[in-house]
Amino acid sequence: MGQITLSGVTKRFGETEVIPPLDLNIEDGEFVVFVGPSGCGKSTLLRLIAGLEDTTAGHISIDGKDATGLPPAKRGLAMVFQSYALYPHMTVRKNIAFPLRMAGMAKDEQDRRVEAAAKVLNLTSYLDRRPGQLSGGQRQRVAIGRAIVREPAAFLFDEPLSNLDAALRVGMRLEISELHERLKTTMIYVTHDQVEAMTMADKIVVLNAGRIEQVGSPLELYRTPRNLFVAGFIGSPRMNLISGPEAARFDAHTIGIRPEHIGVHPTLGDWRGVVGVSEHLGSDTFFHVHETGLAESLTVRAGGEVPIRHGDTVFLTPDASKIHRFDQNGLRL
Amino acid sequence: MARAVSTSRKAVNTALAWGVALLIAFPILWTFLTSFKPEPQAVASPPVWFGFDWTVRNYVDVQNQRDYFDYFWNSVILALGSTALGLVIAIPAAWSMAFVPGRRTKDLLMWMLSTKMMPGVAVLVPIYLIFIQLGLLDTRIGLVVVLMLINLPIIVWMLYTYFREIPGEILEAARMDGASLGREILYVLTPMAIPGIASTVLLNIILAWNEAFWTIVLTTTNAAPLTKFISGFSSPQGLFYAKLSAASTMAIAPILIMGWFSQKQLVRGLTFGAVK
Repeated sequence: MGQITLSGVTKRFGETEVIPPLDLNIEDGEFVVFVGPSGCGKSTLLRLIAGLEDTTAGHISIDGKDATGLPPAKRGLAMVFQSYALYPHMTVRKNIAFPLRMAGMAKDEQDRRVEAAAKVLNLTSYLDRRPGQLSGGQRQRVAIGRAIVREPAAFLFDEPLSNLDAALRVGMRLEISELHERLKTTMIYVTHDQVEAMTMADKIVVLNAGRIEQVGSPLELYRTPRNLFVAGFIGSPRMNLISGPEAARFDAHTIGIRPEHIGVHPTLGDWRGVVGVSEHLGSDTFFHVHETGLAESLTVRAGGEVPIRHGDTVFLTPDASKIHRFDQNGLRL
Repeated sequence: MARAVSTSRKAVNTALAWGVALLIAFPILWTFLTSFKPEPQAVASPPVWFGFDWTVRNYVDVQNQRDYFDYFWNSVILALGSTALGLVIAIPAAWSMAFVPGRRTKDLLMWMLSTKMMPGVAVLVPIYLIFIQLGLLDTRIGLVVVLMLINLPIIVWMLYTYFREIPGEILEAARMDGASLGREILYVLTPMAIPGIASTVLLNIILAWNEAFWTIVLTTTNAAPLTKFISGFSSPQGLFYAKLSAASTMAIAPILIMGWFSQKQLVRGLTFGAVK
């Protein structure tokens, strides 16, 4: 079980309010991702749930029981840190067994669980090495192993992949998703990378300056962002935002259109512009179109091989059914 | 050609280093030589360097007058006792300063260090009176406490510096893994800080061993360590340089040998943070 409820949770460091009162419900077995720009309070929120920081006000309950004042050890949660936080003086085996040893588990049961976790994570041949003798990916797997042996109520991940190189990151992303499918345990995952958020989450919590901007499934956030912040944050490349007369035409203060919902044609279309930099990814091409008179630059996604060059004049046509409308407060209309 | 220049420079540097080392070690070497001289040759002017009648008579005389081992054991007990007691107090203190610093932590550290700048003699009278009132004069326990207090600022500072190098996330991981505060310090922090703790222990033993002011003032016989042993030969029967030298050599030999074997650890400890 791993149902976590936050009600009115607040965190202040001295005079600075990092997390204004916040409510959130995380269902058992969910993969929840906290995403937001640097300094938005997502890591602090995770640390509040872990018990590594004390709440200034509000309540945290885990499986219906109040955990607000409990020390981290008593909450039944496991955490994987960005820096892996392995014990450098212990072998991989002892690292993974450490929480079991702290729980006073019998030695043979400890061994059995460590072997099982090592098998799942492909660490069997490294059990007698020390963390210093492992690569980054292996270390992260040890950190995950240390978390899973305890069979916790929930896993907390604090930007676990940001120290890995790009290729390894994609691999570990799949491994963690796979692990969630197999264990069906609640996972709370903090990241600033919205691609990680979109690909892994059942539910995304978008945070900005300590406030929850929107909670929903990845596609909900993609299709119906509640405000300009979410619209700009979710989706890569970013949604194009246009204000002024063109937005007024759609009866809105600001309109948003995603790069993939704009058609490009050399002679026909609604908006005229000049192509600046093009990014060719093979499967896709992203054009940055300038001099449209609408915004400084519009990003447009086209197919893999489009014969358009730097400096060409093009015409853009937005898919009217995919236009997002926002009022002057930035809220969705 | 370039090679020849660098070789000769190396030779000069080596000679200079030896010169400085000899200069610094000269008093100890001289004491060592004097301890093997007959008394008249010990005070001869001009001094006799090596051509004297080597004898171990001084050592025998010193040992016959006072039992070296009584003093030796007191020194060992005071040095180890004050170090152990200091660690018991300093490890939690340094832990809290390094991992849960408050607004005044830096000030507190500076204040602790500033007490080392105060001349000990300034508090001689109050401490002496306290020792009389509590019946601690000439007791090992009293001296262990005083030596511990004298060196506590240095122990806390050194441990604080080491603990600061340990990433806080590792301790948080231990907390998440179910370790209580005591177990976190015992199983995670202390093993990771072993090199630092070892350096601190070594340095503190040396400082406690060599401490002469309080150990001489606050003891007579029962708790008297080797510093008192040396001073005992300095005046009562007039100045017998050879015997005094023999007593000094006996007193400093153990710590010199310990220092020699642990110099690598000590240097690492003293320069920690500075060179990394």
